[in-house]
Amino acid sequence: MLYEISMNITYVYDIPAAGGRQRLYLAPKSIPDVQTVNHFSIEVSPKPSEIFTSHDFFGNDVHSIAFRESHSKISFQMNCEVMREPQKFNHSKSPDLRSMDKLLANQTEISALSPWHFAGASPRLRHVSEIEAYAKALVQPDMPVLDVVTHINQSLHRDLTFNSHATDVHTPVEVAFENKHGVCQDFSHIMIACLRSIGVPAGYVSGFLRTFPPPGKPRLEGADAMHAWVRAWLGPDIGWVELDPTNNIFAGEDHIITAYGRDYSDVAPVKGVLRIAGVQSSSHSVDVRPLEVSAN
Amino acid sequence: MQSQSQTMNGAKPFKILETYRPLPGAPDELMTAGGDIRPAWRKFMRHFCDLSEDDIRRRFRRGDQYLKDAGVFYRQFSSEGSQIRSWPYSHVPVLIGEQEWSAICSGLIQRAELLEDVVKDIYGDNNLVSQGLLPPSLIAENKEWLRPLVGVQPASGNFLHFLAFEIGRGPNGDWWVLGDRTQAPAGAGFAIENRVASSRIFTDLFEETNVHRLAGFFIEFLNTLRSLSQGAEDRIGILTPGRLTDTYYEHAYIARYLGVMLLEGEDLAVENGKVMVRTVDGLRPISVLWRRLDATFADPLELAETSQLGTPGLVEAARQGNINLINALGSGILETRALLAFLPKISRTLRDEPLSLPNIATWWCGHEKERLHVLKNAGNMMIGNAFTTSLPFSKDEGTALGVNFSDNPQKLAEQLEAKGQYLVGQEAVSLSTTPVFQDGQLQPRPMTLRCFALRTPNGWTIMPGGYARIGLSEDTQVIDLQRGGVVSDVWIVSQNPVDTPTLVQQDDMSYKRAQLGTLPSRAADNLFWLGRYAERAESLLRLLRAYHIRLSEFEEPNSSILKLLSHQLTVYSATPGPNELDALIGILNAAINSAGQLRDRFSDDGWSALNTLLSEALNAQNGPELSSDDQARAISTLIQQLSAFSGLVQENMYRFTGWRFLSIGRSLERAINTTTSLISFTNPTAPTGSLDLALELGDSAISHRRLYNVATHRRSVLDLLALDPLNPRSVFFQICEIRDQISLLPWAVSDGQMSPLARAVLKAHTELSVQTPESLTIDVLQSIKSHISDLSTEVAKTYFN
Repeated sequence: MLYEISMNITYVYDIPAAGGRQRLYLAPKSIPDVQTVNHFSIEVSPKPSEIFTSHDFFGNDVHSIAFRESHSKISFQMNCEVMREPQKFNHSKSPDLRSMDKLLANQTEISALSPWHFAGASPRLRHVSEIEAYAKALVQPDMPVLDVVTHINQSLHRDLTFNSHATDVHTPVEVAFENKHGVCQDFSHIMIACLRSIGVPAGYVSGFLRTFPPPGKPRLEGADAMHAWVRAWLGPDIGWVELDPTNNIFAGEDHIITAYGRDYSDVAPVKGVLRIAGVQSSSHSVDVRPLEVSAN
Repeated sequence: MQSQSQTMNGAKPFKILETYRPLPGAPDELMTAGGDIRPAWRKFMRHFCDLSEDDIRRRFRRGDQYLKDAGVFYRQFSSEGSQIRSWPYSHVPVLIGEQEWSAICSGLIQRAELLEDVVKDIYGDNNLVSQGLLPPSLIAENKEWLRPLVGVQPASGNFLHFLAFEIGRGPNGDWWVLGDRTQAPAGAGFAIENRVASSRIFTDLFEETNVHRLAGFFIEFLNTLRSLSQGAEDRIGILTPGRLTDTYYEHAYIARYLGVMLLEGEDLAVENGKVMVRTVDGLRPISVLWRRLDATFADPLELAETSQLGTPGLVEAARQGNINLINALGSGILETRALLAFLPKISRTLRDEPLSLPNIATWWCGHEKERLHVLKNAGNMMIGNAFTTSLPFSKDEGTALGVNFSDNPQKLAEQLEAKGQYLVGQEAVSLSTTPVFQDGQLQPRPMTLRCFALRTPNGWTIMPGGYARIGLSEDTQVIDLQRGGVVSDVWIVSQNPVDTPTLVQQDDMSYKRAQLGTLPSRAADNLFWLGRYAERAESLLRLLRAYHIRLSEFEEPNSSILKLLSHQLTVYSATPGPNELDALIGILNAAINSAGQLRDRFSDDGWSALNTLLSEALNAQNGPELSSDDQARAISTLIQQLSAFSGLVQENMYRFTGWRFLSIGRSLERAINTTTSLISFTNPTAPTGSLDLALELGDSAISHRRLYNVATHRRSVLDLLALDPLNPRSVFFQICEIRDQISLLPWAVSDGQMSPLARAVLKAHTELSVQTPESLTIDVLQSIKSHISDLSTEVAKTYFN
């Protein structure tokens, strides 16, 4: 599916910021066989004194910007065209949950793709016993791990309520879990914590979701802002599989990938805004428009 | 002990050693199990034992006094917060023979080289992981493995430049490495301070004992910093977390000792990938930072995002190879305790040699074989967090002796099984002991040594000395400075006379003056406020004294002049009465707070004068309530002490740019306070006696008597205190001072134009110049006061932002 995506993020400050430095995780990435970025543009206002792109450890595209002049408002306008393929993986090769430890132990490298980065705690995801207990009650050691992740995806969708006012980007995972509600970030964090606690390496995916559904299909949650979902490592044969617990589906043609990380902290869309005291208001709008009708 | 006195060639009996006995099972540095003094100690002990107890105490007091005067302290953290403690100094040095030391040195150098290889690999190709020499989870789950730095080549080509090692002597007499400090090793400055103290205590013995000097090591350090900065001296700084950190004193001390800038994260800015210092002269480039700040706090943009201490963009600057960091960001991963389990094998594999100085035996419990070993030998193990970077023997929360599990081996087995990869077992070796002087006697106490290594352009070199941490109980398995241990100097003794290098410029070094302009804005800000606070304290004290003199002499508390004085005191938030010194204490604390951030630029005498003043003020406040007469006298003493501080600043401080800010702060405050005083006390409606009061507060009564052969008159008072260009207490005099100082600062003139600040000063100056005593109405004084107050804002705008 070919999409035209546009996004605007604007912050307005109480007191003008004296300058500052930010890192932006807003650019969809090209991934062979998954998605292709045809063109991309970003406009920052006011004009930054520095702007350059680089890649982070996980291979994400990052735009770094710096301001020297004071400003009381800052906005980012991103436009791009992306071709997204359906997610493909081999369903028949799923190992059992109990063999995951061993499969992981056989991985003896720690490059960006290694599941080791996603096996233990990460900055925003400490071990939470309640989440571990929840996950363990849902699964058996002899279950194929593909069924495990599908089942947890389903269960979370059933047990958690989508509520865009109940949490914010700083809400700790244990709080969201205790209250059983939140937005895509919380759903994803809880699912990642569940999977890691039972020995399935799992990471965070940020990106966009098709805004308007195909005819006859329901509108998905999370389309009016940047979206987040989960990727899980199911052993060396299947590799990484992406699931969207907010919508109880596998990620697919409707999901445009921006960045991979261990949790939100690795891929927050705009980093560095925290430093500026007194953000008075922020607005965030996304439009993901299909440019062609899907073949099926 | 009979045997001892006989072994010392029939010399006097070692009275002080009569009761000294090594602890069973632990080697002692001073004495063999058989009671013989070890060779390295013989000369020293012979002299030491000649000293009378009185002499020993006198000498120890001399050392303590030195440390106290120098203001050596460290910050102790507890559940109730943190507090400043004086340096816990043990006066008896630890002596180690040159030969034994040289074996330690080669072991440490080998280790430094190995650590460089390891960290290069961990941030590079990760062959150690792929070859199975390091478990992947130990890296991937390690908070000190900083992903933004993976693949980044340090600017100098090396990650490690300055290291510390904690070593200890085990039961069989061999030395062991207990831990590696690679992140931001502390203590080199304390080593110098300990040395100064011990050489003052044992001046005579020190000379005779052929102790290797430390200065040569620091000369090499400075040369190394210079070579990393390509010779640009003003491009070297020490990056400190700030004065709330436990070793801030040391950061300030070493910055002063080496003559380099002491910087905090907010002093730095990154522009186009280059690190700049915010100075009063604008942004100035810097190329070498000796980092005393843990890496995760160094850049909130790419590392810990909640850090208030870092500099956004520092990682990017490192990535672009524009800043030399000592040590490179990310080096802290080498402090991971579990790494000790793998280093012996890594050394054999990578370098084809065993560790010549072994580290404490360590087993990572993520592998089954090691897990079982730890379980089986739990009784003799310390079991703790595999990822911790704290040293063994310091007993962080989490670390427990395996013995504690002895009544519940099942629980330990379960924990090891479930969380093995997060746990590490270490052999619970006991340490050697060294003498400390306690209760009039020498007593053996357990110790570890901290050693320092420096990478010079010619390879690693080890500081000939360091310091010992000594536990105060006989428990040879626990030493923790945070929990009441002590430290002492370490003397490496030679049989032959040693070189005596000093940090004073050598003839063959090119002599170059430091740039006067590199004053960080934050330091300028603190100096400015220090000047203001000191002057404010004086104004307040003079008011209080005037109040008490009048109260004791003749006035009723509700007489109009005392009422006016009370009202004037409210300007300083002070109220006469039992708590009248509260406001003063607040101002002094603020002054000390400012001075505390300037320890690298501020003399020990000045610092100690301020602290003495505060403690005197506290004593006066907490002491018995005095009659007004006595209180006035007590306040006079405080005024004199304050003058001592101002005198030190005025007479002894070099006229660096920093002094100018201090001076401007003082002048501004005095000009404002004098004007405020004139507004109240020369008001035609003010009660009788007000004019004399104004002269008294302005310390100008005598000048007035000599200059004007008349009784005090409003015009004469205004002439003397507002307009007189020769009276240092007059407003005009201070405005002239400010004008002169500001004309010498950077940015005074830019593109041939006066700066807004210079213009504002000129305006205030002109406004006063054209006045006569007659024209100085209260309204005019008010206007002058508001213009002077505006100058403070202009100074801040021009230099502190």
